[in-house]
Amino acid sequence: MKHGRPSRRQLLQIGAAVGGSLLAGRKTSALETNPRKLGEPLGPYSERSPFEKAVRWRRESKTPETGSSFTPLHDSVGTATPSALHYERHHSGIPTIDPARHRLIIHGMVDRPLSLSMTDIRRLPSVTRLLVLECGGNSAGEWAASGADVQRSYGLVSGSEWTGVALSLLLAEAGAQPRASWVIAEGADACRMMRSIPLATALESSMLAYGQNGEAMRPSQGYPLRLINPGWEGNTNVKWLHSLKLTDQPYMARDETSKYSDLMPDGKARIFTYAMEAKSVITFPSGGQTLPAHGLYELTGLAWSGRGRIDRVEVTTNGGRTWVQAALQEPRLPIALTRFRLAWRFDGQDALIASRAIDETGYVQPTRAALIAARGTNSIYHYNGIKFWSVRSDGTVTNVES
Amino acid sequence: MWKVSAILLLMAVTLSAQPPGYQVGRPPTPEEVRDLGSAIAPDGTGLPEGSGTVAAGRELFAAQCARCHGPNGEGDVGARLIGGQGTLATPRPIKTVGSFWPYATTLWDYINRAMPFDRPGLLQPPEVYAAVAYVLNLNGIIEADQVMDATSLPKVKMPNRDGFVADPRPDVPRERRPR
Repeated sequence: MKHGRPSRRQLLQIGAAVGGSLLAGRKTSALETNPRKLGEPLGPYSERSPFEKAVRWRRESKTPETGSSFTPLHDSVGTATPSALHYERHHSGIPTIDPARHRLIIHGMVDRPLSLSMTDIRRLPSVTRLLVLECGGNSAGEWAASGADVQRSYGLVSGSEWTGVALSLLLAEAGAQPRASWVIAEGADACRMMRSIPLATALESSMLAYGQNGEAMRPSQGYPLRLINPGWEGNTNVKWLHSLKLTDQPYMARDETSKYSDLMPDGKARIFTYAMEAKSVITFPSGGQTLPAHGLYELTGLAWSGRGRIDRVEVTTNGGRTWVQAALQEPRLPIALTRFRLAWRFDGQDALIASRAIDETGYVQPTRAALIAARGTNSIYHYNGIKFWSVRSDGTVTNVES
Repeated sequence: MWKVSAILLLMAVTLSAQPPGYQVGRPPTPEEVRDLGSAIAPDGTGLPEGSGTVAAGRELFAAQCARCHGPNGEGDVGARLIGGQGTLATPRPIKTVGSFWPYATTLWDYINRAMPFDRPGLLQPPEVYAAVAYVLNLNGIIEADQVMDATSLPKVKMPNRDGFVADPRPDVPRERRPR
């Protein structure tokens, strides 16, 4: 290993320091069972330990049916997001849909319009992919450098294994007509959320998912059927999918004109900005956390790109003067969360830490300044600038204000 | 021998009469298609019959829209719907139907599919035309006596019709090559 990693002994010491407070409270913990008494009987569906408290965060709202809830990335380990902690973005609440009654209608410019049951769809050959899914508006607060912690400023990204059917297969069944060039995808939520998807790209990589992380996807993720467009902003991954209409033009939906378009300083707005570009963030140590003592730590975080594999991640602990290459968790899958790690000694000196991702296309995650120089500060969507955290001498970690 | 030939012939006919693939599903019923949202194209494809006036829209807006969007569309819990023209290139852009939305058909499509927020699908097509007419008139885009229907609505030219450009990314120049 080029940069050296902490030994097992050192990692155990870190663990002991963090775990010490738990051990101290052992006798008074009301939740804990007597180790010599019989435990709980076997159950049909598992809950996590009562000691685990990681939850999504959301802003208080007068209309709780619309809004976003943010994945607790600061508590994340590995690369998968539990389905129960996957970020959410809803426009009119989460519908409860009986899969036995749900149908997908494929219509418009097709030779054979189709009405498909979930049984029909599940009969087809399946595909499974581990993919990152990120809201187009993730880190929107970073245009103003206002993100206090990694959950609130980066938590609209999650990683899941999705299982379903290649869209190309279903469109072959329906027979897309030569003039068809767009797919209008619509969900069965109350507001019938709709997006226009270019047919050529959809035929290449889109899938209709019914499975997430080895079971049926959660209602909040689109149960029973969701469009998955790998690498594209979350909003295009239409949930509760009930209609695919093939057309010869985009429909200029509210959610691709008024919203999810990127306003530039000259007053023009970029439209159909689907791809999520390479991005990374350090999840430990990150804003709001505290390093309990001096010594060796594993600095870690997540990197991803909507355009392919993460090629490498570089980390600075001195405000960007020098960068070193972090170790990447294998396998590095295209368009998937990739965990990076770097052994780092905290010796009580103030440190400005950050990561930058480089993907397989050679794209380098830009600085916030470079991003703003190119796009101004009013584009809301697709922020992917390098994120600095400030580690203070007392071990506290805070956001770096601009 | 003739039996084998007949079976082979029958198989060939069966195979050639069917499209390739898994042959799942069936043709949708008219009800199934009707139950989907009415997707409206910018050229007006999909707009239903009916029409609405600004005056009718004013009444409807007061009854159904004002509690969230404000009495004059100035915004509250719901989005601001008016003003903002000329602000898009300033440090504080105000993006409204009048200043930002490129197509009037989008307004029809969105009101019809998603509004009112707590009762989407409530409005009948003439009411949607009326609501659209009123919001367009509030923004000074159509006159008070103009009627919105499937013919007139797609012809409305929104002030920001030409305000959208294609995605040029990757667009951020590299400061320097790392390493």
